[in-house]
Amino acid sequence: MELRFPEYDLGLLAPMLILVITGLVVLLADTFGRRRASGDRSFLAYLSLLGLLLTFYANSRLSGVVAAPFHGLLAIDAVAVFFNYVFLASSMLVVLMSISYGARHSMNVGEYYGLILFSTLGMMLMAAGGDLMTIFLGVEILSLNLYVLAGFLRGQARSNEAAMKYFLLGAFATGFLLYGISFLYGATGTTNLKAMGGFLKAAPAGNVSALLYVGMGLLIVGFGFKVTAVPFHMYTPDVYEGAPTSITAFLSAGPKAAGFAALVRVFSFALEGLHADWWGAFWLIAALTMTLGNILAIVQANIKRMLAYSSIAHAGYVLVALVASGGVGGAQRLGVSSVLFYTLAYTFFNLGAFAVVVAMGRGDRDQVGLADYAGLGYRRPWLALVMALFMVSLAGIPPTAGFVGKFVVFKSALNAGFVWLTIIAVLNSVVAVFYYLRVIVIMYMREPAAEMQAEAAGASFSGSLVIALILAVLGTLDLGLFPSRYLDLALRSVQALLG
Amino acid sequence: MDLSFLFFYLFAAVAVGAALVVVLNRNILHCAMALVLMFFAIAALFLMLGAEFIAAVQVLVYAGAIMVLFLFVILLIQIDRVQMLRFAHRQSPLVVIIAVLLLAELLYMIIRGTLGIAPGGADAAAAGAASGSTEAFGALLYTTYLFPFEVASVLLLAAMIGAILLARLDKEEVGGVSRQDMS
Amino acid sequence: MISLQHYLALGAILFAIGVVGVLTRRNAILILMAIELMLNGVNITLIAFARHAGNLTGQIFVLFIITVAAAEAAVGLALVIALFRGRDTLNVDEIHLLKW
Repeated sequence: MELRFPEYDLGLLAPMLILVITGLVVLLADTFGRRRASGDRSFLAYLSLLGLLLTFYANSRLSGVVAAPFHGLLAIDAVAVFFNYVFLASSMLVVLMSISYGARHSMNVGEYYGLILFSTLGMMLMAAGGDLMTIFLGVEILSLNLYVLAGFLRGQARSNEAAMKYFLLGAFATGFLLYGISFLYGATGTTNLKAMGGFLKAAPAGNVSALLYVGMGLLIVGFGFKVTAVPFHMYTPDVYEGAPTSITAFLSAGPKAAGFAALVRVFSFALEGLHADWWGAFWLIAALTMTLGNILAIVQANIKRMLAYSSIAHAGYVLVALVASGGVGGAQRLGVSSVLFYTLAYTFFNLGAFAVVVAMGRGDRDQVGLADYAGLGYRRPWLALVMALFMVSLAGIPPTAGFVGKFVVFKSALNAGFVWLTIIAVLNSVVAVFYYLRVIVIMYMREPAAEMQAEAAGASFSGSLVIALILAVLGTLDLGLFPSRYLDLALRSVQALLG
Repeated sequence: MDLSFLFFYLFAAVAVGAALVVVLNRNILHCAMALVLMFFAIAALFLMLGAEFIAAVQVLVYAGAIMVLFLFVILLIQIDRVQMLRFAHRQSPLVVIIAVLLLAELLYMIIRGTLGIAPGGADAAAAGAASGSTEAFGALLYTTYLFPFEVASVLLLAAMIGAILLARLDKEEVGGVSRQDMS
Repeated sequence: MISLQHYLALGAILFAIGVVGVLTRRNAILILMAIELMLNGVNITLIAFARHAGNLTGQIFVLFIITVAAAEAAVGLALVIALFRGRDTLNVDEIHLLKW
């Protein structure tokens, strides 16, 4: 029997290939670098950054491409390229903030950066998944790496517990995801998303299999865990609190964006024909996610937990855009493009806030109590200033990226006719202002404890962390002040797919 | 009565019975053994469905590799200690009821045949004949599905690195022997 | 010939038993076993659908699910070992692990 191997264009795979190769090089460099017993291994981080920059370049070369290589298993198009930018930005910022954090916690080893690079590959597969098989493998590459990264501080029971909890619930969610996929396959006879969409278009209206509905429900449960949507969020605060801070930052940005990328691929594009059937479920989940996330964030005294609930609430805002990404008129275009813009914007100001939390740490101790931030405005004015900016952006106040992000999301929801959901979202934003501004009040209005005042003298930034903070500030302001360029890009990305 | 019905009900009963043992038994070793039994019963059902290759993989990977891993860890760690890793479920009765209700609804739909399953394609008969062939499976895996096959290698590599990283001993735990010396 | 419904019902029963096991078991290893039950329910469903649809996609999917299950088991059991090792020196009664 003669096998004909598929013809492929390596250029289309270049970003993924560069990531894998960099990951392998970092692992090997660590192994061989270890022979020379010099303690500092931050060169591994710079190697990873170089790989991510190369990937960024390779990704930019793909703009304008619409291809479905490997028999449609991959969908390399503008939406995938846009999401890749989000993932790469998040991974780069996390690597930058990991250098000093890793040195303090003796985590600067090849495995740490290698796993971050491999998980970025997983995210890219999810965003470029033309087939449920690719999306599933992407989810698993991402998740397996994240379980290990969450437990990276092996000496700390908290980190171990966080990893175990994350693992058990993640694997549980994978079960639901797979059961949902099997029903979609049973109903349509294919796992290819494009073929599935075609099947639905060809099917007589109102006469689709009940299997499809069961499958969609199970998929929502499975993906709901991955994007921390209520009521599948319960692991989030504990995992975010227990994981190393740099990994908490990572968890809240890239992987969630990847979850939304997969949701967009499956629901907004492949199952768009069934929008009338699935928006209700997402409507309810979006409303619950925003409300519960914001209300529970108010009562947190630990900043990592507060940011965990805040990230749940922000997942709710993205879900609002997802609800609107279908139906009549240009709703799909507007909805999906606001998902794209919001995930990009959120990556910057959210990771910025986490970078400040990383900068607050001393030695192998993190300062994560809100009280630790008292008087920060006088002790470390620059740090407090950027933290204030990120809080303002998280709260959605102009002229920051957070404001524009919320604005486009709410506009897309109104455009698609979801008035009540928009009202709930606006009310939530008002509630959220309270706990974000409280951090600013604590930083500027409250006297620090005496021992902290003494401590302030020895404060210093590491260079890489400063770069991470500067990049996050620039991103937050750029997307806030000059959003039209990015909005255009997001709109055109979706347009390229639909047109 | 068709003999295949007999076999189906036999293997299905074994699988469900073993699954119940896994979920209900108190002795973790019994659970592990029941799980092996279920893997074999499922493999037999795969054979009946014409998936010979998957049946073989099921036995080799699940009943072989994965179960050995489970037993290894169970025996490595004193079981009574593991029991202490306790999950506090306050809402668990509610969850079980919901799960049972969902199952009931699903079974009702399946048995009443209201699922409206997509009819097999036009080439269903032809492909169905080939579906048993391991040769056809291999050809498809190495052509159409070559990409996920390659991706799976990255997945396994990452899992391997992660597992070694988590399970290996720290330098302080091996009594002052530094990691450089170990590697 | 046994109908598709038979296999689907079996898959659903196994999946549901697995879900109940995950939610009621208190031991990390047993929860992992219950997750394997769920995955086997999925696998039998996929293979039954593959025969029904007359293509091999479902079978190939199952191959990858088994691969992932092996990888998950390896990582999960490594986590159990790491957790156990951390616990070994601590007072076991004080564990308020994983409130959810």
